[in-house]
Amino acid sequence: MDLSYGEAAEAFRGEVRAFLSLHWPPPSDTRGADLKAFIRTFRALATEQGYLYRAIPKCYGGSEQPVDVVKAQVIREEFQRARAPMEVGGNGMNMTVPTLLEKGTDEQKELFIRGTVEGDYIWGQGYSEPGSGSDLASVRTKGELSADGGKWIINGQKIWTSQGMQATHMFMLVRTEPDAPKHDGITYLLIDLDQPGVTRRPIRQMTGEEGDHTFCEFFFDNAETPVSWQVGERGQGWYVSRTTLKHERAAIGGADGLGRQFAKLVDLAKEVGRIDEPMIRDRLAQIEGFVLSHRYSSYRIFSNAIAGEDAGPVQLMMKLLLTEIGHDMALLAQELIGEHGFVEPAGAGGRGNRGPRGPEKWLDQIMGSLGNSIAGGASNIQRNIIGERGLGLPRDLAMSGER
Amino acid sequence: MHFHLTGEQAAIQDAVRGTLADTWPMERLHAFADGEDDFDKGSWDALMALGLGGMLAPDSGMGLLDAVLVAEVVGEAAAPGPLIGQLLTVAAVARGGNAAAGEYLDTLTSGETVATLVHGGSAFVPCARAADLFLIVDRDAGVRLVAASDAEVEAVRATDRSRPVSKVAFPPDAGARLFSGTDAMTARLADAALVLVAADALGGAQKVTDLSVAYAKEREQFGQPIGRFQGLKHQLAHMALDVEPARALVWYAAYAWDAGLPDALRAAAMAKAHLCDVYVRTTRAAIAAHGGIGYTWEYGLHYWFRRAAFDRAWLGSPAAHRARAAALAGW
Repeated sequence: MDLSYGEAAEAFRGEVRAFLSLHWPPPSDTRGADLKAFIRTFRALATEQGYLYRAIPKCYGGSEQPVDVVKAQVIREEFQRARAPMEVGGNGMNMTVPTLLEKGTDEQKELFIRGTVEGDYIWGQGYSEPGSGSDLASVRTKGELSADGGKWIINGQKIWTSQGMQATHMFMLVRTEPDAPKHDGITYLLIDLDQPGVTRRPIRQMTGEEGDHTFCEFFFDNAETPVSWQVGERGQGWYVSRTTLKHERAAIGGADGLGRQFAKLVDLAKEVGRIDEPMIRDRLAQIEGFVLSHRYSSYRIFSNAIAGEDAGPVQLMMKLLLTEIGHDMALLAQELIGEHGFVEPAGAGGRGNRGPRGPEKWLDQIMGSLGNSIAGGASNIQRNIIGERGLGLPRDLAMSGER
Repeated sequence: MHFHLTGEQAAIQDAVRGTLADTWPMERLHAFADGEDDFDKGSWDALMALGLGGMLAPDSGMGLLDAVLVAEVVGEAAAPGPLIGQLLTVAAVARGGNAAAGEYLDTLTSGETVATLVHGGSAFVPCARAADLFLIVDRDAGVRLVAASDAEVEAVRATDRSRPVSKVAFPPDAGARLFSGTDAMTARLADAALVLVAADALGGAQKVTDLSVAYAKEREQFGQPIGRFQGLKHQLAHMALDVEPARALVWYAAYAWDAGLPDALRAAAMAKAHLCDVYVRTTRAAIAAHGGIGYTWEYGLHYWFRRAAFDRAWLGSPAAHRARAAALAGW
């Protein structure tokens, strides 16, 4: 085994560093619109160099690079080290673009990919409904064709949409064939959210936050979208929604973030003067056993990806492992902050105007770790996935129709 | 960057797994467990015939990672024999420069001379009655090699039936001193022992998880395999979640030892602590997942349960190694 990336990768690292030292950071007095413009230009330059949007064709604003997980990792490491912005995040890059690249029409790719890559279009996810959570294929939001057959008319409700207040567009699953079997009656639609038939409302979270950064619910009352914005065949939307980003997906990034958070937990124990207590030291080291297992497993998955091999069931475990470690860290943090936890941190939830924050800032992690066990596939669903796909246990009869 | 097993390493594991399937089936384990011996010559000779004895010799072209992969399969099979002691004794004798000890090198490598590991300060030694040599590793006092003729061995009724311990006492300063307490090799050998025990634990934990999953697919209640029920499915998923990511922790500790990385010492402590906890949790969960059959002698899960109890306490408990790891981190 060898954890070095090799000479070619280190030479490449040199190139990335040289690029970054020329183009980042912005002059220290850059603010507001100027800063936005600087970042936009920086991303364009980095894309030109082949550092960003590597999976996206040049004609849609990407850099169209061959798959190279080591180069992608080196780029991530160096950009993070320089605190330089990488690709715009969010559902657009993670969900819309890969789906369109695989299943979209030329017109749809032309219309949406560049705008998403450049950050002009922000996408909300229109999957969950009040009655459709883990059982997503039960969606009831209705889509009906207009009399002339040119538009879909949408009625219903979507919920838990992150970035919903900023979103310009939504990709959504709507039921268009009410008489078809559950999975075969759904169509995948793109929709412009700026229209009279769409109402959005932020949902106040347990952190107390409400507004721009929380999730939202959406109401559709005869909202419209052109039939040409339908992705894939009518009735095949369920299968369209299964498209995921595979390109250079293996990354060590998650492990680095977890490692940094664990280091902060150790700092917290020092800050509150409890690092010498044997019980605290033991619990920290116990948690670290899992943190390191996660780190080295991500090395393993990354190494398999370089070799083009399947890492096996461990890949299915990484999300649940991260969530469980987050819970353990939250429990210890709660012990350590003691009465500091009586006072809510400034900018609760991790956003907004913060100012100085003491140990009470861990309330963000203590609550946020619960969010991780729900978002992106709830923990009990992860346990099903590990049991069924990883261990080959038979599917629950109630779910055996799912694919 | 390479951090997964090579085809060659997987082949070593397959060879060891095949040899133990032939020489150490469950019937042999049952018979051995009810017998008086603390050593099984048949499976030992078969393992040694694979050329495993010299894996940690400086010129073997192999390293702790390879040894760890073998120890994992030995743990999986709940095989008897002082493999960890044998490998470390070869490593120590080959590097120790003691002429008298060096005389044993060839027969140790071939497995004819059997050596077991003594944790400095502990009275309990596995396979002591069969051992020709005792390698005493003590982080403070150093490393000594003692002949069986200098050891006082008292048989006890051992909990771990696959690697029975005896009570052993040595006269002060018995045998030859190979390394002093301050010699870096002493810590290296103690660390390697920890990683090898972690690997034994990994193999056993994986084995009982596999047995539980197989049973859940085959056992039917309410007209269906019990593995379809979410309660049990989630329990099995958590066993797998405990074991599979921990595999890389063992690999890393072995890799760090082989590469002489600065954190090798701490990685060994973390691996021993974590995997021994995992092993105890997993064997308990496996028996619970099986129901009544898991609680029987005949089914045999208790062999790994007992082995987990030994691995956990031998060479220092998880809490003791976590305390070391905390100090090593400068907390």
